[in-house]
Amino acid sequence: MTVTSTPPARATAQRRRPVSDWWNNLPRVQQWAVLIPLVALVYLLPVLNPPLLTTQPGYDFPTAMFEVARYALVAIGLNVVVGQAGLLDLGYVGFFAIGAYVMALFTSPDSSLSKLPFLVVLPIAMVVTMIFGVILGTPTLRLRGDYLAIVTLGFGEIVRLLADNVAPLRGNRGFQSVGHPPGTNADGSPLFSNTNGTPWYWLCVTLIIGVLLLVGNLERSRVGRAWVAIRDDEDAAEIMGVPTFKFKIWAFVGGAAIGGLSGALYAGQLGFVNNQKFDVVTSMLFLAAVILGGAGNKVGVLLGAVVVAYIPLRFQAIAEYKYLIFGLALIILMIFRPQGLLGARQRLLTYGRQAYRRLLGKGEQVSSDGSLATENPGEKA
Amino acid sequence: MTHELGSLVLAQGEGWITFDVDSFLNQFWSNTIDGLSYGSIYALVALGYTLVYGVLKLINFAHSEVFIYGAYATWFTFYGLGFRPGTTPELPVFELVGFLLLALIAAMAVSGGTAVVLERVAYRPLRKRGAPRLVFLITAIGASFVLQQILFIWRGGNPENSIRLLRNDEVFQIFGASVTNVTIITILAAILLMIGTDMFVNRTRFGRGIRAVAQDPDTATLMGVNKERVIMTTFLIGGLLAGAAALLYMMKIPQGASYQGGFILGIKAFTAAVLGGIGNLRGALLGGLLLGVVENYGQSLFGGQWRDVVAFVLLVLILMIRPTGILGESLGKARV
Repeated sequence: MTVTSTPPARATAQRRRPVSDWWNNLPRVQQWAVLIPLVALVYLLPVLNPPLLTTQPGYDFPTAMFEVARYALVAIGLNVVVGQAGLLDLGYVGFFAIGAYVMALFTSPDSSLSKLPFLVVLPIAMVVTMIFGVILGTPTLRLRGDYLAIVTLGFGEIVRLLADNVAPLRGNRGFQSVGHPPGTNADGSPLFSNTNGTPWYWLCVTLIIGVLLLVGNLERSRVGRAWVAIRDDEDAAEIMGVPTFKFKIWAFVGGAAIGGLSGALYAGQLGFVNNQKFDVVTSMLFLAAVILGGAGNKVGVLLGAVVVAYIPLRFQAIAEYKYLIFGLALIILMIFRPQGLLGARQRLLTYGRQAYRRLLGKGEQVSSDGSLATENPGEKA
Repeated sequence: MTHELGSLVLAQGEGWITFDVDSFLNQFWSNTIDGLSYGSIYALVALGYTLVYGVLKLINFAHSEVFIYGAYATWFTFYGLGFRPGTTPELPVFELVGFLLLALIAAMAVSGGTAVVLERVAYRPLRKRGAPRLVFLITAIGASFVLQQILFIWRGGNPENSIRLLRNDEVFQIFGASVTNVTIITILAAILLMIGTDMFVNRTRFGRGIRAVAQDPDTATLMGVNKERVIMTTFLIGGLLAGAAALLYMMKIPQGASYQGGFILGIKAFTAAVLGGIGNLRGALLGGLLLGVVENYGQSLFGGQWRDVVAFVLLVLILMIRPTGILGESLGKARV
């Protein structure tokens, strides 16, 4: 399959989004010139430990940064499902849990399965989650909207309850000393220990960059355009010949793989997996990161993940109130910025608007925000 | 004596799921009756979801908190009357009925109030701005967090043990299964409230308004229906029913109110609503009862820890066969 890329919307006439326009109008070289120092700065963060940003007295800063990076990875994965394909998934934590459990089952001495090195298990974990993505997706993706949401919520709960009840998964006792990547320090101690977050953070950021490039390419390909079409109007997409079911499965499986990857990383860093970490609240936090940042916008969801993961760690003093504040913040933010901190990038729609303007010489009147649409298409009698 | 018929065995030889057919057959009738009484509680809470969904197309995730606030109201009413968790006091019938009614009124008032406040504070500003539907869902999640955390900060993480005024006495037997007074009251109360709600929506002028808004909000407004008032009433009715369900719940479950306690019941109730066809009042009753009964069968067949799994698997199975629930959506029948 040839991957055709849409030319970037350089000539966007809209002035609503000056920063993104400015960015898209820059030549590639200049974009890199801005990006490389930025990425270097991101890599250096745990070493620099900047005074205002630090979480130090309450929480180890490099570990906190790893937490943030882990959330960012999850948010990118969930963004593929919710933001790009418009499938509301409330059980994403299920995939995260499967990734963590696969990692634990294959590397922890507590499990009876044969032991494999971390780097071997990482792709296994992703493949297993992808298989579960197909298993969940095939029967349920024919459902729409809220029904899909409740089924995925049920799936997340089923995974959690299985972890509670299936004996080989060891319920609350969990798995000790889960594996970690190879490599030792000069003194022979392992490089990736669960007390030092820095190498984990670097690993996670590297994976994030890789996944971002991959997802970005997908987004610009035929698959990505199919996703946007499904998100905006599934019926129309189907009628225009987009095999919606196939592409929905693609989105689901792709998102699942990223969820599994982050779950496996999480298990490795913590070194311990049990049934306590995979409840619906976690799933809601993941979703909140995506919606908060702006579903469909990669930079936005990264920002959302940083907010969701970082704020509670930074303000440990108010830990007791963190969910209260979080809930209030969600409500207030949704009232004042319903599209999230950074709204979805809608280049395809932008083309539509430009064409409309050229043809008729006036602004378009119909707007569709897909899963973010005010009302279901076809709901009006 | 367990048959362990088809116990699935993994590498270690540990059977982690067993089919206890004996217990299933022996306790079939008692499970059915117990399931019906659980199911009627689910059904009452499910009505709140179904009504709001029918009118606003919104999964009101905070409805489980509306319910648990009612449970706390019940608890505090009993506590305020001088009763404490533990032994059930011997009360004259007249007083008992009076206290229960008092608790019912308190629970309904608190739940109804919470629902209306929720609608005012969280959802109305969004509606005014014409926010997209997903935003309502996120707000509902946020509101659910806030309501839960208020309880948590106020009462702490430990559940309040139920204070029971009514003894759980056996009244009569059917097919060897004992039917207790609490069971009868639960099922009867649920069915009566259901019929009441159904009559209200289908027979009264106000109910016609609700159906009109469910069908087409804009046209209903043009026809002189006060949309905002209809929506507020919908939330109020849902809250009142959740309050009633909370009293029944506190009569039945020993470890009653906890700040998270509403969550799993809320999910179950929502499952019930979806099973019956969300937006369908009679579907909520059917879905609730079905879910309660099937859950209890699953519990006796596979063991108590599988109860919730059975509920969710049932949900997935039914939605695969009938994507809009057993009875389909019907609050706004003509909706295309």
